Amino acid sequence: MDSIMQFIIDNIEMLYILVFAVFLGMEVISKVPTVLHTPLMSGANAISGVVVIGAIILIRNADPGNYIILIIGMLGIALATVNVIGGFAVTDRMLQMFKKKKK
Amino acid sequence: MEKELIDFLYLICIILFIVGLKRLSHPDSAKKGNMIAGIGMGLAIVITMFYPMENESNNYAWIFGGLIIGGTIGYIAAKKIKMTKMPEMVSLFNGLGGACSMLIAAVEFYNLPEGTPMMSTQVLTIIFALFVGSIAFTGSIVAWGKLDGFLRDSLVLPAPQIINLGMLIVVLGLSAYIMFLPEMNFTLVLVLLGLSMVYGVTFVTPIGGGDMPVVISLLNSFTGIAAAGAGLIYGNQVMIVGGIIVGAAGTILTVLMCNAMNRSLFNVVIGGFSGSGKSSGSGREEVVKEASHGDTAIQLKYSNRVLIVPGYGLAVAQAQHVCHDLEKALENEGVDVKYAIHPVAGRMPGHMNVLLAEADVPYPKLLELEEANEQMPNTDMVLVIGANDVVNPSAKNDPGSPIYGMPILDVELAGTVIVLKRSMRPGYAGIQNPLFFGEKTKMLFGDAKDSLSKLKTEVGNA
Repeated sequence: MDSIMQFIIDNIEMLYILVFAVFLGMEVISKVPTVLHTPLMSGANAISGVVVIGAIILIRNADPGNYIILIIGMLGIALATVNVIGGFAVTDRMLQMFKKKKK
Repeated sequence: MEKELIDFLYLICIILFIVGLKRLSHPDSAKKGNMIAGIGMGLAIVITMFYPMENESNNYAWIFGGLIIGGTIGYIAAKKIKMTKMPEMVSLFNGLGGACSMLIAAVEFYNLPEGTPMMSTQVLTIIFALFVGSIAFTGSIVAWGKLDGFLRDSLVLPAPQIINLGMLIVVLGLSAYIMFLPEMNFTLVLVLLGLSMVYGVTFVTPIGGGDMPVVISLLNSFTGIAAAGAGLIYGNQVMIVGGIIVGAAGTILTVLMCNAMNRSLFNVVIGGFSGSGKSSGSGREEVVKEASHGDTAIQLKYSNRVLIVPGYGLAVAQAQHVCHDLEKALENEGVDVKYAIHPVAGRMPGHMNVLLAEADVPYPKLLELEEANEQMPNTDMVLVIGANDVVNPSAKNDPGSPIYGMPILDVELAGTVIVLKRSMRPGYAGIQNPLFFGEKTKMLFGDAKDSLSKLKTEVGNA
């Protein structure tokens, strides 16, 4: 019990951030026309590629001689970058079409 | 000083993500929203490159290598992919993000300094990111395979619920065991990683292909949560907030999709469509009426109102342009042609909208479910193009049907129903459709693109 209290006290700011982010995420997309479900999912998917940041931090901290970690890290960056670039590009393509028909 | 400034810049990235997502949910601003979120991501990446860190060795060559390789592959894949293959692509991209979280978590476990207490939030966070990332990875790959067709629904696990529950207990138990050990056992962590990946497969495999949109959306939120978990490892706000927002938004989107099918998320995940087909009333021998192109064309030409119900078959046949041509030809003859879009037609919500928009079908011609159903009794003809489950009357009047309760397009209220279909094979949900045997229904067999272009020619000739 003490350790749980201690955890809450130590991470109170983080908990605030987590809770607000959950509500924010739910509010941001609560009203979406069906037309935009797929592009929105795709856009959100691209944002989830934010994990690339973690892979960059990982490599920046890695020992330059430790090739296993460097290779795994680079693989991680490459995979997440496919998610980011591919995700935004695919979303853009989907939305391009919505724009065209508006003329 | 520098560190604080950079932390502030991270805040701007977060704001860009939120504004981007917000704009993405309105048709007029969606394109800009996507760009704003993209700028936020680019900024976050650049910032992270220069973020001051203790014992940094940078290794920039490796970072740029990864960015260039990944960026090139992602860009080319996104540009080359056909519109019909979009949902698969999104699923695959999503899996790669999950894989990255998984790799980070595994390496961070490996990197834990000797003597780190296992019973700590740090270890818990890493295990969490490892577990969720692995599920998102392999689960998305299976979803991709099912949509792409190289994994079939016939691949059925015996007693999937029991296997999944067992897997979950084993994974959670092993996680707890790792934390209770006095020191790190990396071999066990690798076992945990392997089991989590298997769990991702067994989690998605029993779910029918018709439910894949929901699953992809769910896995998308998993990837977001995994990214947030990885962010907790580094205490990085952009990753935490970005990941959690995607996780929450993905969950809401998943629930919206489930609502559109009048099913609960629990029902989709546990029940699945597989192992169905026990639908009553399918025992009787019934006959279908076949239509010819010529007759159909004449009937269309002399109709006042025609509704087109597109489905996945339209996407597969790449028939959206021909479909639009036929619609224009009929409009020239004074026929009022509209499209009835079921919320889950195709393989993803909005799939049909994207497809028809590509063929320049004007937006006001697309009717949503309720609007279309209101017009149904005044409609002379309905053309069902490669759609199946969304027009299946079993959903209304057969409590034994697995899709019972899902709102459908009441095409039987219209004068005549023409179903364009390749064969009598059931739809993706794998259940028989009594509509095809209905009194008002005629079947026009063949490839949708082929049939539509014949119809268009016949309309011109007749």
